[in-house]
Amino acid sequence: MSTGWMSQTAQPRAPQPQAGEDARTRTMRPIVTGTSVLGIKFDGGVAIAADTLGSYGSLARFREISRMCKVGNQTVVGGGGDVADFHMIRDLLNTLEIENREYEDEHDIKPQAVHTYLTRVLYNRRSQMNPLWNTVLVAGMQDGEPYLGYTDKLGVAYQESTLACGYGAYIALGPLLREVADKGEPITKDAAVALLQKCLKVLWYRDARSLNRFEIATVTAEGVDISAPQSSESDWGIASMVRGYE
Amino acid sequence: MSSIGTGYDLSVQTFSPAGRVFQIEYAQKAVDNSSTVIALRGKDGVVFAAENTIASKLHEAKTTRRVATIDRHIGLAYCGFVTDGRSVANEARSYATRFRDLYGHPMPVSKLNDELSGYFHMLTLYGAARPCGCSVLLGAYDAAKGPQMYMIEPSGVSWGYYGCALGKNKQPAHAEIEKLKLSEMTCKELVKEAARIIYATHDESKDKDFELELAWVCADSNGQFEHVPEELHKEAESFAQTSMEEDSDEEDDSDEDED
Repeated sequence: MSTGWMSQTAQPRAPQPQAGEDARTRTMRPIVTGTSVLGIKFDGGVAIAADTLGSYGSLARFREISRMCKVGNQTVVGGGGDVADFHMIRDLLNTLEIENREYEDEHDIKPQAVHTYLTRVLYNRRSQMNPLWNTVLVAGMQDGEPYLGYTDKLGVAYQESTLACGYGAYIALGPLLREVADKGEPITKDAAVALLQKCLKVLWYRDARSLNRFEIATVTAEGVDISAPQSSESDWGIASMVRGYE
Repeated sequence: MSSIGTGYDLSVQTFSPAGRVFQIEYAQKAVDNSSTVIALRGKDGVVFAAENTIASKLHEAKTTRRVATIDRHIGLAYCGFVTDGRSVANEARSYATRFRDLYGHPMPVSKLNDELSGYFHMLTLYGAARPCGCSVLLGAYDAAKGPQMYMIEPSGVSWGYYGCALGKNKQPAHAEIEKLKLSEMTCKELVKEAARIIYATHDESKDKDFELELAWVCADSNGQFEHVPEELHKEAESFAQTSMEEDSDEEDDSDEDED
């Protein structure tokens, strides 16, 4: 029930948590975390990938967490960093989508709108010295063109044809993703998905916070398709030869 | 009206000696004077239809709507004061959003009905408030519970319904609805029937021109509330117009028989 008949009935529908007076109430470090999210544009669409692990420090605590969410019919958002914060972002976007439905004007939320909205939320929170501890990729189809954007806990935002966050920004982005993208030739959807799978496998070998179980989402003119969690074949035969890290 | 001039109808805070609250009854009158809104609950969803009066020929089509989205799975139609209806729709949206934020799943429409009925009732308790000048129809569909429909009156009373009509032509509309086997019909069929009922109960000699509004939430719309697709809307509207013509032909025939 409402608080009383005199209260203003139109309440803000996406309340922003306020930073308290006390500095100790702020997030100083993430608790349950997700690692890399990878994204690449292809001919006629865009694909992003993320594994399904929620790490509790170095413990592989939650092994089947989706770090992606669909917004409208042409956008998908993937997030690394604090999983609880990402869930809040997911809920905000869900509310945003429902609010947009109220207009029933046949206009769907587009990826650029989602991207800008997220930069505002994240920048606002960092300005309150209470950031949402995430790096987020926004992928979708913007007026028929593939769209891929990045934003993080500082509110920094940019677009690229290949993007990665977390450990993937070091391991996958330069040598693997850019090498393909910088050739200047558009790649096919299958090639993009295969490339993401390859990158995830490399990350699985090298990133101790990763998991060989992941989701790949593709957005094309037909809409959003988020795959069921899947795994790749891996071979640890070489592991016995590695020395110096025991 | 007998209550006028007796002084018992000035506020909802005063009962009449007969135990009535006249302001609530006046609010009900506002609903009864409005143009017709109906809702039908079939076996696979709920269909809403509204006869939206065209107050001026200069109005743009589809700008005055009386069926609103509350959440993905809930629709709300209002009859009476349009402004009151809009504000109730916003109230309902805030309940649905809050429920989702708090519990992480969509609000059951039975729960929304309870809360919204409470809101309506609250407006009948205070001298500084005015009862809501509208009735609302709530409709929802989910795969587990199937279709559900409720109607809330200005007094805050609410019931679950299989079919319901509100407004000026509610009596003939009720009679038409009662002829239907609602629980055996799909929403595709009901959309046509709803359109037919709106057309059939519209009195061309008395009532102003209108624009038909059709919305549904059902299995065919994937459990999502939406206005019915353009194609189906046209189909339903032409079905309604055709059956009107058939009816008038029959009447002409019977006149001839009498001669």
